Amino acid sequence: MGSTNSTLSKIPNVEELMEETGFTPAHIVRLYDRFEALDKEKTGHLRPQDFGAINRLAMNPIGDRIIGAFFSPGQETVDFHSFVRILAHFRPADKKHPKDPSMPEPVNSRTSKLKFAFQLYDQDKDGKISRAELLQVLRSMLEMQVTEEQLESIADRTIQEADLDNDDAISFEEFRKVPLGRARRLTYQHGPLQHSAPRILSQPHRK
Amino acid sequence: MKLAVNFLTIGLVILSLPCGSYTEIPPKPPGSVTVLPPVKPAGGPQAFPDAENSNLPVFTMDYARIQVPFEVTLWVLLASFAKIGFHVYHKITFWVPESCLLISIGLIVGAIMHSVHEEPPAVLSYNVFFLFMLPPIVLESGYFMPTRPFFENVGTVLWFAVVGTLWNSIGIGMSLYAVCQIEAFEVQDINLQENMLFAAIISAVDPVAVLSVFEDVSVNEQLYIVVFGECLFNDAVTVVLYNMFIFVADMPVVEPVDVFLGVARFFVVGLGGMGFGVIFGFVASFTTRFTSNVREIEPLFIFMYSYLAYLVAELFSISSIMAIVTCALTMKYYVEENVSQRSCTTIRHVVKMLGTISETLIFFFLGVVTITTEHEWNWGYIMFTLLLALVWRGLGVLVLTQIINPFRTIPFNFKDQFILGYGGLRGAISFALVFTLPDSIGRKKLFVTTTICMIMFTVFIQGISIRPLIEFINVRRTNRNLETINVEIHSRLIEHTIAGVEDLCGQWSHYYWKDKFLKFNNRILRKILIRDNRAESSIVALYKKLELQNAMEILDTVSGDINAGSSIVSLQYEKKSSGKPKRKFVAADLMNMHDILSKNMYKIRQRTTAYTTKHSLPNDSRTKEILIRRHTSIRRSLRPGSFNGPVWNTRTYSTSQKYRHTYSFKGFTLFFTILYITVSPATQPHTITPPPPCFMVGTTHVEIIRSPTLRLTKHGGWNRKSQTWTHQTKGQISTGLMSIARVFWPKQVSSSYWCPLVVVSLQQFDHEGLVHTVSSEHLMLRCVR
Repeated sequence: MGSTNSTLSKIPNVEELMEETGFTPAHIVRLYDRFEALDKEKTGHLRPQDFGAINRLAMNPIGDRIIGAFFSPGQETVDFHSFVRILAHFRPADKKHPKDPSMPEPVNSRTSKLKFAFQLYDQDKDGKISRAELLQVLRSMLEMQVTEEQLESIADRTIQEADLDNDDAISFEEFRKVPLGRARRLTYQHGPLQHSAPRILSQPHRK
Repeated sequence: MKLAVNFLTIGLVILSLPCGSYTEIPPKPPGSVTVLPPVKPAGGPQAFPDAENSNLPVFTMDYARIQVPFEVTLWVLLASFAKIGFHVYHKITFWVPESCLLISIGLIVGAIMHSVHEEPPAVLSYNVFFLFMLPPIVLESGYFMPTRPFFENVGTVLWFAVVGTLWNSIGIGMSLYAVCQIEAFEVQDINLQENMLFAAIISAVDPVAVLSVFEDVSVNEQLYIVVFGECLFNDAVTVVLYNMFIFVADMPVVEPVDVFLGVARFFVVGLGGMGFGVIFGFVASFTTRFTSNVREIEPLFIFMYSYLAYLVAELFSISSIMAIVTCALTMKYYVEENVSQRSCTTIRHVVKMLGTISETLIFFFLGVVTITTEHEWNWGYIMFTLLLALVWRGLGVLVLTQIINPFRTIPFNFKDQFILGYGGLRGAISFALVFTLPDSIGRKKLFVTTTICMIMFTVFIQGISIRPLIEFINVRRTNRNLETINVEIHSRLIEHTIAGVEDLCGQWSHYYWKDKFLKFNNRILRKILIRDNRAESSIVALYKKLELQNAMEILDTVSGDINAGSSIVSLQYEKKSSGKPKRKFVAADLMNMHDILSKNMYKIRQRTTAYTTKHSLPNDSRTKEILIRRHTSIRRSLRPGSFNGPVWNTRTYSTSQKYRHTYSFKGFTLFFTILYITVSPATQPHTITPPPPCFMVGTTHVEIIRSPTLRLTKHGGWNRKSQTWTHQTKGQISTGLMSIARVFWPKQVSSSYWCPLVVVSLQQFDHEGLVHTVSSEHLMLRCVR
């Protein structure tokens, strides 16, 4: 693999991308390599099948939802920019920068991460998690030993706990209020690029 | 029960005592039959008609003839009984690793033998140990080594193995030499070379001892792999150092040339070992390509080839352990594709069995021989050895991890380092090596004693204390306050997401080489070494393997648990009127919900999983999840009103019952219908284009071996008169086919593209009359591609 700079020059609009997502050049290079590795036919776009080829992702109970999150509605392919933008959600949040209320919410803040998780539930994108959507997610996350009635009770209970305005669905605001902070690893602080980051920065040329 | 076992053990020992008055077990030939028994040998013809006028002996005993195998068997049985005995009382094995228990029993037996002035069999002689006892253990370790984590950590493993062992040996040797200079200990006659030699022996971390402890304690995968790999691969260094120092100990002067030669020799030993292993592995794979007609002896090849690799490496004095490990690693992947399912199971079981038995015997005899050898005790030397070994290992681990951590994707934190250092147990290899020291070394007995002390210390004290220590360190147990259901569900979802995205981003540096190797593998190696070479997507391969296993398991289970389902909660309902009243959830309901969630939600794919396979064969529990999920999705897709009659009962019972249900169920047993989708143009009434090239898995035929009993609904079925399926059945079959196809190619089978394909193939089906009414007990799924 060539040097960082030569790879960066292959990617159009790289500075804008870095600005928007906050990734360092080394991160971008690494993601580009991954993108190319996934894009087996070198079309420059990824299709759902390419994602599906990742075995462990296919084993994930919500794997197909995660894959779906990369594709905007109506889009069949993902190009590198969108790929990076979505992954930017998972960057560790910058704790040091003070919140500037005039600037738009940075892409990797806690709120945007929760929004991403919310969208995994909310497949029809109406801004609310309805009971049916919740049931679907529950079904995929639970093994078969659970009966329909139990699933439905769990879903009911979930909505009951979170629903504050009695519309029998969970909106994003209500979702945010769920005290997820106490549970482990919830705010993506140990984002997936965390581990590779020091390596990348110290060994950008290593392949 | 335990008492009975103990009595039995003691009984066996006493029984073996008179036998012990003869000497060793293999390879010494039973040449002790020198005395002609006064009684004629049993069954021998009366060749001396003019002999003493004795009558035909009714009962004769010729012990000497069977002595050697008999003793071997008895010892093996004895050790195995001990092993049974431990597991009777589960708590013991929890706190005390099995190796300790075995050594203790060995000590007891040794004491008994010593008091009766018997010599134990010389099992721990050099040849017997290295030629017979060690290979099975190493083969087992190599065969069941998880390849993916191993290759991901191969750099770290080699780093620790090579540099770590060197560090330890040189450090301990030097410091011991310094200690020897102290007059008070009276060991001044041990010169530098002998010290270094001894240090080389002592610093070898032993695979046998460590792994049994680690698996009992279930440390995480990374640690396990590093220690495991280190133990296996430091053999190369140990062999070189040992031979070098033995050679040097005889020489009066050490020249710089010899140092260079030593380094060169190290490379020869290490790389040579690996090379031999790989060669034999490939030869074995190639051989199994042709064994489709001799399935019964397939497992033999594995064992013979790996043993051959070991022996050839021993022939050239290169690292035989590395040879056999690499052979097993190379072989496993290809051979398991070539051999039949039964042979595969047989191989696994036998490898496991041999390894366990060898290990048991080794520890056992360690105990026995401890008592019966001559010792020379020297407080200073021994204590300092123990201390220095610990210190140098700790230092070594610290320094080495500092250097290698920046290169690792998952760096080792302090806890890991502590466990790495503390887990450096010594074992039987050191012991066997020290026994083979040439007698020209004056202080051999001292060395022997020290080694034994070292082993006992590490195995007992470190082995027993490591588990409480690990638990103590990992003490971050969050109290399970009753979080809300919301938190539980959402946090699980988020964890799955994180795991998913991590998988998406993939590993860093290894991907490139892995990719290259996989390409090479697919293009060249697989074609040569595997009989049925078709490039496979691993999900499909996995699926078909699991289906097979599952089908067999179901056939084996006697009865499903009909009541398992109802054992779960009974939740209290309010009548669901259209007004959607708020349901009241009682506290008991909540508890039950938490219970359900915690027991049944899919586990996250953990990066560092606990790894326990010592006492059981590795299982595919995680991969079974795919299977279950696929089954569920098929079932659900079948559900929307495509059948008459009783259909999939979504009141789910436990898994086995569910599948049982499908067999006995009176509707269409579609799930195990194995269907024949042909895409062969010649027989189709109209041309079918082959599936679009965007399939992940290529063209697939799913073939019926034998079809299920089609106990169909009363409207459907096989119409004998017209020899066709009824229309309804065709519809059912096609729906089923589509569902199964959807499993394999979920994205493609979204349209009704498949319907004509399926129906047409069913026509062909009819004409050939392939469907017979075979009972559903003979189902097999085979994906032929």
